[in-house]
Formats: sequence, structure tokens, C-alpha cells
Amino acid sequence: MNRTLYGNLIFELSKKGRRGYSLPQDYDRTHSTAELPEALRRSEAARLPECDELTVVRHYTNLSHNNFGVNDGFYPLGSCTMKYNPIINEEIAAMKAFAGLHPLQPAETCQGALEVYYNLQQSLAELAGLSEFTLNPCAGAHGELTGLMVIRAYHEAMGNKKIRNEEMKKDEAPASSNSLNSTFSNSQRTKVLIPDSAHGTNPASAAVCGLEVVEVKSLQDGTVDVDHLRQLLDEMGDQVAAMMMTNPNTLGIFEPRVLEITDMVHKAGGLMYYDGANLNALLGECRPGDMGFDVMHINLHKTFSTPHGGGGPGSGPVGVRKGLEQFLPTPRVVMENEKIGNEENKKDAASASSNSLIFTISHSQSAPLSVGSFFGNFGVMLKAYAYILSLGHENVKHVGPLATLNANYIKERLRDDYLLPIEGLCKHEVVFDGLVDKSTGVTTMDVAKRLLDYGYHAPTIYFPLLFHESLMIEPTENESKETIDAFIDVMHTIAAEAKSDPELVKTAPHNTPIGRVDDVLAAKHPITTYWKSLEA
Amino acid sequence: MQFKYFPHTEEDLQEMLRVCGVSSVHDLFADVPEAARFRRDYELPQALSETDLRLFFEQLTHPLNAQQLICFAGAGCYDHYAPSVVQNLIQRSEFLTSYTPYQAEISQGTLHYIFEYQSMIAELTGMEISNASLYDGATATAEAAMMAWSNAKKATRVLVSETVDPKVRRVVDTYAHFHGIPLQLIPAENGVTSRAALDKELSEGGVAGVILQQPNYFGIVEDFTGIADAVHGQKGILVINANPSDLAILKTPGEWGADVAVGEGQSLGIPMTFGGPGVGFMACSEKLIRKMPGRIVGQTLDSRGQRCFVLTLQAREQHIRRQKATSNICSNQSLMALYVTIYLAVMGKEGLREAAEMSYAGAHSLCDKLLATGKFRLTYPDQPFFNEFCVDYDGDLDALMAEATECGYLAGVKVGEKTLMLAVTEQRTPEEIEELVEILKEHKEARA
Repeated sequence: MNRTLYGNLIFELSKKGRRGYSLPQDYDRTHSTAELPEALRRSEAARLPECDELTVVRHYTNLSHNNFGVNDGFYPLGSCTMKYNPIINEEIAAMKAFAGLHPLQPAETCQGALEVYYNLQQSLAELAGLSEFTLNPCAGAHGELTGLMVIRAYHEAMGNKKIRNEEMKKDEAPASSNSLNSTFSNSQRTKVLIPDSAHGTNPASAAVCGLEVVEVKSLQDGTVDVDHLRQLLDEMGDQVAAMMMTNPNTLGIFEPRVLEITDMVHKAGGLMYYDGANLNALLGECRPGDMGFDVMHINLHKTFSTPHGGGGPGSGPVGVRKGLEQFLPTPRVVMENEKIGNEENKKDAASASSNSLIFTISHSQSAPLSVGSFFGNFGVMLKAYAYILSLGHENVKHVGPLATLNANYIKERLRDDYLLPIEGLCKHEVVFDGLVDKSTGVTTMDVAKRLLDYGYHAPTIYFPLLFHESLMIEPTENESKETIDAFIDVMHTIAAEAKSDPELVKTAPHNTPIGRVDDVLAAKHPITTYWKSLEA
Repeated sequence: MQFKYFPHTEEDLQEMLRVCGVSSVHDLFADVPEAARFRRDYELPQALSETDLRLFFEQLTHPLNAQQLICFAGAGCYDHYAPSVVQNLIQRSEFLTSYTPYQAEISQGTLHYIFEYQSMIAELTGMEISNASLYDGATATAEAAMMAWSNAKKATRVLVSETVDPKVRRVVDTYAHFHGIPLQLIPAENGVTSRAALDKELSEGGVAGVILQQPNYFGIVEDFTGIADAVHGQKGILVINANPSDLAILKTPGEWGADVAVGEGQSLGIPMTFGGPGVGFMACSEKLIRKMPGRIVGQTLDSRGQRCFVLTLQAREQHIRRQKATSNICSNQSLMALYVTIYLAVMGKEGLREAAEMSYAGAHSLCDKLLATGKFRLTYPDQPFFNEFCVDYDGDLDALMAEATECGYLAGVKVGEKTLMLAVTEQRTPEEIEELVEILKEHKEARA
């Protein structure tokens, strides 16, 4: 790595007069922006960098060397499902014929794209044990929010006895900003039950959706306290819109009383929301729909192998049980002959051999919900669908068991040095509560930073919040025994170092491009642009 | 279960099962109640080899199934030029296969480019700060509405101009409905936000925020002079949804006095890909920094005294604040932000301006030629537009567009019974413009 270049910002490599682009010069210059009134034009040119092409290429190539991805090494980041992102999927998603499609071009000219969209919806429904999916949400949190909107729309429709069918079947989306307000009545079901072990996104999504969060306590072993849930339902059951659950929960433990829980909430008139963050554990072994969940989201960037891209783009499809389809957001991709249920047509569609119009885009829904301009992150869907097709039914079913085997193997082999707070089987991830030997003062943070020195990404740390020193490891099904054994050896080495040379661990990392960062300084005097840094 | 993404051999499996004290992987699910177990095969296709997978997708992208039309459509998604280095660099697996940069020591690549991205967005929009990006332009606008609402003390509503893209308004409606924000639509008059209606609403007080779009949905460059002062007089905030590629030329949201600038970054060289992924941007004034949703990267020092970058101001976020967070978002559209960053680095100060200039010139050239056919009228004749405009056509617009499609052209987007909206980017050659005009001019109306 070029240390001289590293550390520079692109603005610092800029020199007036340099060019990194070339555009055609032969165009009709009859008009120019000088025609626009001066009051509509910016007063000074934007201070964007001026660099030649090679400078740009080297700069970002060097930056990439300061990053760590799944392709660089083991990435046991709990709850994030950092599985391998197959290369072939990138090739397919980059195909020019997909990249060049405009989202508003006529349906008959983009049947191939609509077929991918439709078939992915159907595949997810089968994998989830639900009826219909929308692929519009762009991420897990976006899916959660969308799912909760669907739930509220359902309760609002149920609560409004006066609602007329013709009002519900508006063909066009609303022209006025108030149309949603007039379509729905208020529902008294404004509370959402969330286990206290849940990820912060659950309550945050509920709040954005205008729902009031009520926490359900966890037992010592991290599972839902069903007695507390019963008490809450007795107190406020008629105000409960839904209960949100992750299963396996955020500790990687399967909720043993899940059937009882979903039944209790249904009896109180609430719906069950499944947070698909941990779905990878279940592929092949169980389906959320069969456990009694009504609405869920799936993180395609976790369970279906699409790359995380340093924080996005992801994709958070939302699925619903039969009877809730009409509350999914628009636009919807539907199959023309779907209502007839003609199996022959479905077969035709799957082969893409016919040029007749099979898939269409529908804006017709009873609740005019919309969560994005177009169809969501189509580029991500292509990768997820390619993944499902690569695995096929005969391999998908092994995903959950293999991921679970790897996690349990790590659990058994690390429990001598790392404190296992919950006995028994885990699913796709295992949570430790720091080192067994707390006398050295070496914390989970220190262990995580020391792992970086050994060329591993750190596990998720200080989450879940139930333990003080949480260290959550998720190995995924793609890692070989050799990789996992080597990681286990390093974890043991670090535990030994914590005893023999605690300072070495506490001051880690030592081999990374930078040392530990000063978070407090960053937050105290925020410098978030180059321009601000010039003032500092 | 030998499969290319599953490395365990039978021997590995046996050894690992032994350590776990079970005899089969299915025993690891013994804690799952029987009624919740899935005991059949999924109804999914059989595994495809890589060769078959390629063939499958090649069939789907056959011209009959994915027609590559010469694109004169916009309406929020534009066919701009992207230098080849952009696509190449974002494919680097260190960027592509990494997670959100929580471990700053091994994520400086991501953190560094996000810092550059934030600087570029702030500069383009004329705002002080920017976040690390949001999902898309529509949700960014909805987030801005929620920001305005949470910022207001005694507000009764948020105003949205009718000239904001209806697709964006639909998303703002959806969020506002559930979040409990009353929205008031400010009608359009001759293709622009009605000042009389806006002033009247503002004079009644209680306005948490006003949401406008520039250029507006119809491609018109609106004059927002005086609006910011009027909104601020009500202690409300002004939100401008802007097309960032045009900001090389156009007056910035900052110069208009906006408190929040949002929009869709797809026009900064991101392929259309059937509408996504794009990237939502959000920039705001410094005083709103703690109200802003999403990730923010800040500069700091490491233990060795080196300049470095880190996710900061996380106390606003869901993983710490839970239901009291500014938003539920817990990621950004990072790779697309990288796309934008590299695009702006390559195009730079001059390239972005030149591309905008070409788009403007092309759109106006097309407009002149269409009007000259005598078959089209400008829908809003006296309004300045940038690279997108609306024309009215008295005949059967659907048939006209269908004919263009048959000739390989996406003639635009139908935005009214008689109204066609066309967009031109620097990718459209003079010959393509000429040919589209020819097709539209020669189109013969079928007799009824």
C-alpha cells in the first residue's frame, strides 16, 4: 500500500485543470444554461475535485486496502450473517440488459426483469411458509417498518366498519396528500409488544410507524417470559396491534414456546411479526408461517447471500399470510393469469419462452401504501434469485443445519475460556459473556480488537444487551472446519495473552492501518466534511 | 450434501457432530417443537449449474424479454453516463463484501470514502453537513418530513407542494399517515408551486416544514425566492428535494435558504437497473445535526495521532436510543454512496458541469424540434426547464408511445391523458434526438 497516498482525501489530490473524464463534443449547442435567469443558477461552481483518471483509480484502490471484507477473511459478525457472496451473482446483476432497464418502461418490454421479481416473490413465500411477498423495501429496517405499516393498515381496515368496498379498490394511487387519512379510520390497536432482548431497530421501527412500544421481559435464559406476556395481554390485549419477535432470538436461542406465544397474541386479536434477521438458522428446518407468524421481513443481504456493500444496498422483502395481501405496498408485480390459477401458464412463465404479456405491474391495492419510488433494489434481487437457483431445493435445506452445526461447534470448543451464559443448543450464532477469567481486566472490546491483529473480523460486541460483555459469533454455513479451527485457536491464544500480557491485548490492535480511534473527540467537535476540517 | 458453497466433508461433519454431542445435524433442532418443524422439501427448482444459471439469465435478458430502449424517460430515474472506472472500482471485494464500518481500524476504506461523499454532497447542495446516505430519494424526503415534525414545537402540519414527484409524495403520505403527521398539499399553478396558496398556508401558522422539489416533477426550475424567510418566520424548516446532477448549474438548496436538502443520487452515474439500487442523500444545516437520521462519519485521531474516520453521533441512532431514535434506519446505501463518490471524483468540477450543460442543451434542442413538428405544445410554455419537459399531444398518446417503443425508443413517461414528459441526458446523441422526432412526427393516427 502506498502510505503517501493513503491518508489523503480526494480533495487533497486535486489540481486545477486536471480531467478524469471525456464527453462527446459534437452536440447541438443552440441552447445553454446561460439562458436560465441568474437568480436560478448557483453563484459559484461546486468545489469538486479535479483529478486525472489514474489518480482516482489509485486513490480508491488504496482505500480498499484499508478495508476488510468476507473475501479477505473470516467475518464472524453475529446477527449479520456474513456469508460468502458468490461471484457469479455479481456477474448476473451487472448484465447490461438489466442495468439498462428504466423502471417505467412498458411491462411488455421488460418481462425478463418482472419474471425475476415475480419468481423471487414466490420462492420467498415458499421458504417462509407465507402467501405473498413485496420486494419493495430496501433494507431490513425498511422491511420492518413496511411490515408494521401493513399491520396497522389491516387493523385500521378491520376497525372501520363503515369502509366501503369501492373506496378500498381505488385504481389510482392518491392524488392528494390527505387521501390516506380519509381512507383509514383510526384503530385503537396502537401498542406493539417487543421482547426486551430485541435489536434496537424493532422499537425504532415501531415508533416511526406511530406505535407505542411495550417491552416483554425475558427469562434468565433469554427467552420470552410467557407469564409476563400473558399478563400484558390481559391488561391491554385489545390495544395490541402486534408482537414482534426474532426467532432464533438475538441470543441465538430458539424460542421453545413460540407456538404458544403466537396463539396467545392471535387470541387477543394481534398479529405476529417475524423479524427475519436470524432466518438463516431455520432454512431447511422450519418456516415462520408454520410457527404462526403473519407478517415478516427477510434480509436478502443476510440469508440470501447478497453482499453487504459496507452498509448497503440491502433488500428487505416483506411477506404476509393469506388474507393480508391487499395491504402490501404498491407497485406490485403480478402474473396476468394468476387469478385463474392456471398451472400451465405458470410453467410457461418459468421458462420465459413466451413473448406474450405475462407479468404486469399493479398499482391497485386496498390500502395505498408506498415505501419507495419504484420496485426496491432490483440489482440486489437478481443476486438473491441467482443464489436460490444455484442452491436449488436440494441444497437450500442444508443451510440452516450447517450454519447451526458451526455455531454449536464453536460454542463447545470455546466455552473453556469464554463464559457461556446460557447452556443448551444454540442456533446459527453463539453468545459468550466475555472471558471466563475476569481478573485480568481484559474486556470484550479488547478481545475484539486483538482479533483484528490476527487477521479476523471481530464478532458483534456488546450486543445483545442482556450481558455486560456480550461477544456474539456467527460463523455461517460457508466456513470450512480448518477456518473455524484456526479461529478457535486464535481465540484461545488471546485468552492466554489476557493472562500473560494483558497490556498487549488492552492496547490492541497493533497490526492494523490505524490504532484505536478517539470516538469521544469525533462526537464532541463533529467534523463531518473536508470543508469543516479546513477550519479546524 | 457436496456443494460448492458448503466446504464440510463427511469426515469434518462427523468430527464436529461428535464435539457437539449429537449424531445428526437435525438433532441440533431438538428444541424446536414438532408442530413447527418443516418436514418436506421446498417446492423450488432443482439446483442449476453455473453454466445453466448463465443460460437461464441470458434467456431472461434476450431482447424479447429485456428490450434495450433508447431512453428519453426520466421521472426520477435517468440514463446518465458513468465512466468505466466507477463500475470497476466498486466491484473491489474489500468494499463490496464488508459490513457497516463498526470496526474502524479495519474499515478506514469505507469510512474514508463516506467522509468524501459527505463533503461532496454538502458542497453540491450548498449545505453544511450531510449524512452517509439513505435508501432512496423518496424515503429521504419522508425522513425529512419526520425531521421537520420532530423539530417543531407547536406545529399542526407539514406542507408538500403538488409539484413534488407523485411517487415521492406517495411515500411521504405513507410515512406521515402512520407517524401521525398531518400533510397539506400546496396546489400547482401553471406547473409550479402556487405562491398564493403557500403564502396563505404560511400566514395561518403552525407549519412544521415545507417540502419543495427542484427541478420539480415536470422538469421546471422553480423560483423559491423569499420562501425560506417566510417558512423560518413560522419557525418551520424548508426542505428541498433536488436533482444533484443539475446542482452543478442550479442554485443550491443552501442558497435558497433550505434547512434540509434531500434527493435521489441515481442521476450521479448510477445505472438505472429497473429503478434500484439508487441512493438517497440528505444534507442539512449544522444546527440540525442531532436531528438528522442515518449514519454520519466524522474525522478524529487514532491512538497513534493519525487522522482517521469513524461513525459518530451514534447517540441519535436506534441501537442506542431504541424507540427514541431519530429514525429506524440502521444502515446506509454505502456502496451506492461509493458509486457517487467515485463518479464525482472522476467527473470532477468540470465534468459534472459539462454533463449538465449537455443534458440541458439536448433537452432544449429536442423541445425545439418537437414543437417545430406542429404536433406538440409545451404544457407549461413560459416556465424554464432543465433537462426534462412536458408536451401535450392531441392524438392517441398511448399509440404514439407504442410506436416509438417498436422503433426502439422509450419516448418518455406519460404524466397526463395528453401529456408526455421527456428527459434528455448527455448520453443522447444528436442523431437519436433527430430520429425520435422523426418517429413522433411521422406517426399516423389510426382511424377510429
